[in-house]
Amino acid sequence: MVPNLRILIVDANQVRAAIIEEGLREAGYQQLVRLSATTGLVAAIETHDPDVVVIDLEDPSRDALADMFLVSRHVRRPITMFVDQSDSASIEAAVEAGVSAYIVDGLKKERMQAILQTCISRFNAFRKLREELEEARSQLDDRKTIDRAKGIVMRLKGLSEDEAYALMRRTAMNEKRKLVDIARSLITAAEMLK
Amino acid sequence: MTTLHLRVGFMPLVDCALVVLAKDEGFAEAEGLHLELVREVSWSNLRDKLNVRLFDAAHMLGPAAIAATLGIGGVKAPMAAPLALNRDGAAITLSLRRFEELSRLADGDLSDPAVSARALAAMVARRKAAGLPPLTFAAVFGFSTHIYLLGEWLENAGLRLGEDIRFEVVPPPQTVEALASGRIDGFCAGAPWNSAAVAAGVGAMVHASVDLRRNCHDKVLAWRADDVQRRASAVTKLGKAILKASDWACRLENVPRMAQHLSAPDRLALPVALIENILRGDLIQGAGRPPRSIAPFVRFDREALRPDPDDADWVLADMQRAGQVAATPQMREIARGVFLPAYFESISSTDRNQPKI
Repeated sequence: MVPNLRILIVDANQVRAAIIEEGLREAGYQQLVRLSATTGLVAAIETHDPDVVVIDLEDPSRDALADMFLVSRHVRRPITMFVDQSDSASIEAAVEAGVSAYIVDGLKKERMQAILQTCISRFNAFRKLREELEEARSQLDDRKTIDRAKGIVMRLKGLSEDEAYALMRRTAMNEKRKLVDIARSLITAAEMLK
Repeated sequence: MTTLHLRVGFMPLVDCALVVLAKDEGFAEAEGLHLELVREVSWSNLRDKLNVRLFDAAHMLGPAAIAATLGIGGVKAPMAAPLALNRDGAAITLSLRRFEELSRLADGDLSDPAVSARALAAMVARRKAAGLPPLTFAAVFGFSTHIYLLGEWLENAGLRLGEDIRFEVVPPPQTVEALASGRIDGFCAGAPWNSAAVAAGVGAMVHASVDLRRNCHDKVLAWRADDVQRRASAVTKLGKAILKASDWACRLENVPRMAQHLSAPDRLALPVALIENILRGDLIQGAGRPPRSIAPFVRFDREALRPDPDDADWVLADMQRAGQVAATPQMREIARGVFLPAYFESISSTDRNQPKI
C-alpha cells in the first residue's frame, strides 16, 4: 500500500516537474503540488504543509529550505533533509541526478526510499531526454547545413544532387574532416564571394 | 609533469578570489594542476557535491564546514581545511527606509554598534506598539559568520535574532533583490553584495564586520577529511597555488587585474569598478554618506589564511548562542580538528623554501 503523503515538488523547469509528478502519480502518490517559483517557498510550505519536499539541486532556495528545519521558526512541522547515512549510494545517486529531498521529522525512511528512487530515475530520464533532443536538433542542423552546401556545389559546378554529395564526401575523406565541416566551409566561402 | 585535474566549487563572492586567481594567474598550472572552477547556487550544494566527490575541494563557510563535519543540519560530511581563504570582509546593510528610521532614532554616533543596536531596539519596540509586523533580517546561510555577526550586533541592545527580529536565509546574489522588494529589511553578507545593494540605490551599509569583530574568520578551502591524507599531494599543490595567489593579491598594483578576473561572467558577473573599489577598501555606504575606507576590507594575506582551531571554539560558542547545537567537549574536539594549522605550516614552509623564479 502506498502511504498517503503530501509531496511538494519545487522545480523551475516545468517540464521536468511534470515528469516527476507523473512518475510519483504512477507510483500511487495522490497529493502532489508543483511549485515553480523559487521565492515564497516558506509561505508555500506553510500553506501546503507537505510531508515531503522534492527540490531541484540547482534551485537557489535550497539553503533557505535547509534553514527552515534548523530552527523551525516559520513552519509548524520541522523538516529535515532526507539522508540515510547508511546508504551512501543513494545520497550519491541523488546528488548526481540533481535532486534533493526534505522530509517531515519522524517520517520512516523506508517510506522515503521509494519516493527518492522515483525522483532520481525521473531526473535522470529527463536529462537523457534532453540530451537526446539536443543531439537530434544538432543532427537536424547538420543535415540542413549539408543540404545548403550541396545546393551551392550543384549550382556552381552544374552537378546533379548525387554528384555534388559524392564530391563533398570525397573531399571530406581526403582531408580527414567531417562532412558537416566541409559544408560549413563551403557556405562561408560562398558568402564571402557573393 | 602530469597534469592533475581538480574540480573546485565556489559561490560568487569576493572571498573566492584566491581560488579564481590560482587558476587565472596560472599559479595552479605551475603546480601541475588543471583547475576547473564551478560556480554554485547554494552552500548546501557545495557541501553535498564535495561529499559525493563531484568536487575535489570547495570554497566554504568555516561554520558550514564544522556543521557538516558534526552532521548538524544535513548530511554528515566530515571536512577539513588546510587553509582559510580570507578573513573579514562582511558587512550589514539595511534598506534605505530602515536606515533613515535608524538615523532618526539614534542617540549618538551610528558607527558605534551599541548606538545603532539601541536605535534598532527602539524601532522594534515602536513597530510592536503600532502592531506592525516584525522586521526581517537575512544572512546567507544558517551556519555562517554572518548570522552570528547579526546576532552579536543585536545583542548589544538585548535583541534576539529569530525572536525580536525574523530571520531568513537568502543566497548572496539574491540579497539585493530581496532588499529592493521589501521582503527583507536588512542583511549581513560578504563582499560585494553590500556594495551592490548600495550601488543599486536600495540599501545603506550600517556596519562592516570589523566594527563587531576584528580578524574575523570566514571562508576556508574545504576538502573531504579523508582526502586530506589520501590525496596529500593534490592538497599540497592546491595549497601552494593559493599561497602564491595570496602573495600576488596583496600587491596593490595587481588590484585592477584581480577585479577583472572576479568580474567575469562565469565568476561574479558584476561591474569591474564595483569590485575594484572593494579590493581597494573604498566602501560606498549609501544614504548620502561619503565612502568609508577600510583597507584591507577583505583580508587575503598569508597570516589571514592560517586556519586556527581557536576559531572553531568561537563557531561552537556562536552555534550554541544561536540555539543550533548543545556543544559537548567531544564536539569541540571534532570541530577544532576541522582546521589544520600544521598542514598549513608544512605547505607554507615548503613553499617558502622554493627558490624564487
